[in-house]
Amino acid sequence: MDLLLQLTVSGLTNGAVYALVALGFVLIYKSSDVINFAQGELLLVGAYLAFFFVAQLGLFWPIGVLLALIVAGALGVLIERLVLQPLIGEPIISVIMVTIGLSSLLRAVVNGIWTPRPRPFPGFIPDTDVNIFGAVVSADRLWAIGLSFLLLGLFTLFFRRSSEGVAMRAVADDQQAALSMGISVKRVFAIAWSISALTATVGGIVLANIIGVSGDISLIGLRVFPVVILGGLDSIPGAIIGGLVIGLLEAWTGGYMGQGLSQVLPFVVLVLILMVRPYGLFGQEIIERV
Amino acid sequence: MESGIFHTTYQADTALRRTPIQKLRLAAVIAFVLIFPFVANNYYLTLANQIGIAVIGAIGLNILVGYTGQISLGQGGFLAVGAYTAGLLATRLGVPFWLTIPIACVVTALVGGVFGIPSLRLKGLYLAIATLAAQEIIQWLIVHWDAVTGGVEALVVPHSVLFGFNLNAGNSDFHWYWIILGAATFTVVFTVNLFRSRVGRAFVAIRDQDIAAEVMGVNLFTYKMLAFAVSSFFVGLAGALTAHYRLIVTWERFTIETSIIYLAMIIIGGMGSVSGSIYGAIFITLLPAVLNNLGRSLSGFVPGISGVIPMIQQGVFGLVIILFLILEPEGIAKLWRNVKDYFRLWPFSY
Repeated sequence: MDLLLQLTVSGLTNGAVYALVALGFVLIYKSSDVINFAQGELLLVGAYLAFFFVAQLGLFWPIGVLLALIVAGALGVLIERLVLQPLIGEPIISVIMVTIGLSSLLRAVVNGIWTPRPRPFPGFIPDTDVNIFGAVVSADRLWAIGLSFLLLGLFTLFFRRSSEGVAMRAVADDQQAALSMGISVKRVFAIAWSISALTATVGGIVLANIIGVSGDISLIGLRVFPVVILGGLDSIPGAIIGGLVIGLLEAWTGGYMGQGLSQVLPFVVLVLILMVRPYGLFGQEIIERV
Repeated sequence: MESGIFHTTYQADTALRRTPIQKLRLAAVIAFVLIFPFVANNYYLTLANQIGIAVIGAIGLNILVGYTGQISLGQGGFLAVGAYTAGLLATRLGVPFWLTIPIACVVTALVGGVFGIPSLRLKGLYLAIATLAAQEIIQWLIVHWDAVTGGVEALVVPHSVLFGFNLNAGNSDFHWYWIILGAATFTVVFTVNLFRSRVGRAFVAIRDQDIAAEVMGVNLFTYKMLAFAVSSFFVGLAGALTAHYRLIVTWERFTIETSIIYLAMIIIGGMGSVSGSIYGAIFITLLPAVLNNLGRSLSGFVPGISGVIPMIQQGVFGLVIILFLILEPEGIAKLWRNVKDYFRLWPFSY
């Protein structure tokens, strides 16, 4: 029973990190139909930016994080303008490949500036152990849960209340119709990428706090696919639920059936979901029969 | 089309090389590949062999992605299936290499066909993610099914012997050059002709509009599976050749990175083009080698450059993909066509 509780808590906290990464992923897909294979690298860049401002420049951490968020947001807009915009209307394979190329480029730039050597992250997020009903969990993971639910709330408000959010939903629904209503699709895409880069920076900081600042941060980019497919590619609550479910699944199989299996199980789930319900648990159902 | 060339027979009209200049170019290429191994040193032979294997794999991938429009991120996994099948047959069962290669091709074709089943329900993006899962699952099986594959341990493949002649002894690069050249030629000729047949045309029809293709009587189930199988057949061939040529098979060579490198080849070379696959395979194989040599020759002037070469390789790789997609989405094949058009119409290019 203790094992189950411990596994459940650590699964949920890992899942929260997944959810945080998946959020940025879903944001981009929801507004621009782009599958971003460079999401892991956006995390990497975000983590290193925060590392740079806080540890290397020695700024007070809220200022450092704020600066990292600003730079990351600007980078998101820049990427969208320079790389994604020329490819609007191109086949899916081109869009996928361009984000893959982007991931390679971003990784190289980060390695070039900061060298691949792993380093500890300045610990402004406390990582003391917290005891929850007998299960021990490190506080930084609770931060991950808190942050992902906070962002979920913010995004939900943003999409429901703000005119920018409504515009983004309109673009996601039908670009032509949105254009004819006077919505600037370009502006919407740029906003989506900058918000996604912001979310990735938050995720990168949380992750770096758990595993340290190194190239390994970007590995989570691929592991998040099962999460977004399970939750539905265009659903923000789906990203959270999917993240928690996959996190739990990994923790339970890892605890009861060995670490090896827990790595591949999410992908098996992914294939099953794709076969049965490709739009995921909460995704918008687009019926297209071949 | 050149002016002044008149075909008087159907045979001449449907030939693959119809104009004298095309025949001349083909003859020059044939002469080059035949003379090359006698003048090149081992370094260039090794590069040539790598290119040859990459050409086979890239054409295999292009059949699926470029011609049939089914995006696959599972190339690395299928290469692994080919390489491990050939390697294990030779190591564990002592099957001679000329038999392991065709068996590996067929096994990979079957595995590819099975992983093609999701393509009946999934399109575009979702298929790409499903093949990504296939890649991860195959890789996991190789690492964890160590009773058969040897797990993370490298699989050492025995030397290949043909009619009592040890191919891997002595000048092995030279011997393998001919085998890889033969396999690559077979792949090129087969694929070029495949797309002049009903099957190939059906693939292209599925890519352009699947529903229209079905209306015209192309059975989507059969032809999508067939596209996966034919594509995987050649990918398996590339994998099996890698195993026997390098004499060592490890799972690290068949990760998602490999899938991405092969996708880059067909993107940069030109999707839906056999010659494009060849240009792309040459370009992507030579790119790191050229950067490496450049870095080493610069290391006298720029201290510390040798340490950052891997990073530069990675960055340039990503940059090249992005630039090609933005500036010339049809790849090197289109660039080469532009050059030919320019000279054909010169000096009256309007």
